[in-house]
Amino acid sequence: MADTFFGYRRPDGKFGARNLVAVIPSVICTNDITQAICRQVQGTICYCHHQGCCQLPLDLRRVTDVLINLGKSPNVGAALIVSLGCEGTDHERMLEELRATGKPVEIIRVQELGGTSRAIQAGIDAAQRLAMAISGMQREETDISNLTMAIKCGGSDTTSGMASNCVIGYVADKLVDLGATVVFGETTEFLGGEHILARRAVGGENGPVGQKIYEIVNAMETRAKSIGEDMRGGQPTPGNIMGGLSSIEEKSLGAIVKSGHRPIQGVLDYTESIGDKKGLWIKDAPGREPEILTGMAATGAQCMMFSTGRGAPQGFPSMPVIKICGNPVTYARMEHDMDLNAGLIIKGEKSIEQVGEEAYALMRHVLSGRMTSNEALSYFGSVDIFCLGPVI
Amino acid sequence: MLNIAIQADELDNVATVFAEDVKDGSALEIRDKAGHSQRVTVIGDVPYGHKVAVCDIKKGEHIIKYGEVIGGASADIRKGEYVHIHNLEALRGRGDRKEDEHHG
Repeated sequence: MADTFFGYRRPDGKFGARNLVAVIPSVICTNDITQAICRQVQGTICYCHHQGCCQLPLDLRRVTDVLINLGKSPNVGAALIVSLGCEGTDHERMLEELRATGKPVEIIRVQELGGTSRAIQAGIDAAQRLAMAISGMQREETDISNLTMAIKCGGSDTTSGMASNCVIGYVADKLVDLGATVVFGETTEFLGGEHILARRAVGGENGPVGQKIYEIVNAMETRAKSIGEDMRGGQPTPGNIMGGLSSIEEKSLGAIVKSGHRPIQGVLDYTESIGDKKGLWIKDAPGREPEILTGMAATGAQCMMFSTGRGAPQGFPSMPVIKICGNPVTYARMEHDMDLNAGLIIKGEKSIEQVGEEAYALMRHVLSGRMTSNEALSYFGSVDIFCLGPVI
Repeated sequence: MLNIAIQADELDNVATVFAEDVKDGSALEIRDKAGHSQRVTVIGDVPYGHKVAVCDIKKGEHIIKYGEVIGGASADIRKGEYVHIHNLEALRGRGDRKEDEHHG
């Protein structure tokens, strides 16, 4: 079995696992128009989010950067920006930077076009042109080293750290050894395990990467503690607690297992794209799904491996999410939302390596076009951008 | 069939129960990765995926899983007893504690 997948070659040399027209609202205010366009035109997806106005300049830059990097993702073949006209994000910079990728990009401006119905009409026309223009592209075989895989766990319980995250850790190690890129995050879920990650940093615990890991965890913990409450109930969540996880430390120690054993090369900012970096990287993002899935897609990940114990069904519009369930009871109950049963490890029927190889084979298949459960169910509507300041 | 709990690391003082309907007073076999096992009597009803103590743990002592600290005992815990949020408190993310100063 060759370590390859079949993807769409992009002008920057990356390979997409999907070939989508991204319809990007530059601000929350154009979400309804964006949705109307996407309902009509096949091959489109929308990144409806809740940001882009009445925020501090730092956050407006973050939102602009994330929306640009979502459009640059290899899984996006063309983009349509839906601008209102008076938003706080920089829609002209979005247009400029996305055009510079060489992908077909268009923009509609709602206030200039004369309102909702005219914008929807213009948007449908534009999206149709883009969808038809990229629809004839063919997949080409490419080496697995051209993959950036994101990893995450959600709806965790105590099976996650003993089964499904071990499977993802196995695949992460294998991908790093094959020259690919793996990105994990959920900084909140490093609390209690950050010393283990820092010791795995390139340059050791006291080097710049190790120190940066302590720094991002400390910033996230300080932020949570500033409200003056015990975070338990928020992290771990009520579902985590029902699943047997008693503290954030226990959740974290189970969560970091999914990053495998290879050295950590560095920490990416939430908005940052991966570029040509290889090996294992951290993305500084919180654990909640819409925010971290958005951050991972903006990184440029072509797919995500996502472990769950309680049963987390959602995905992301432009990034197939492979659900690996570590809890055999949950798998039996929610099989249609899952892609792989790692519960067989808990039952003693399969080894981590066996399920790890199945997960790797499934991932190559998904990268080459096979739908994940959440894609087949169109369960990928939640997109959100992690901001630092208040809404003002 | 005897119910099984898994001790993830030799340093751990808790083990995770992967069996349904483990009731108070029932027998449980705790296994570690090296293949050692011991039998305990369960104290409290333990849901699937939840933890029991491998040995007696005094109030204030650390609770260890994966060979690492996952919290502190907020009460004395007996060998075989159910361990969860009623007798294990998190030591991190405690905005409710002014004196809590963590140094990474």
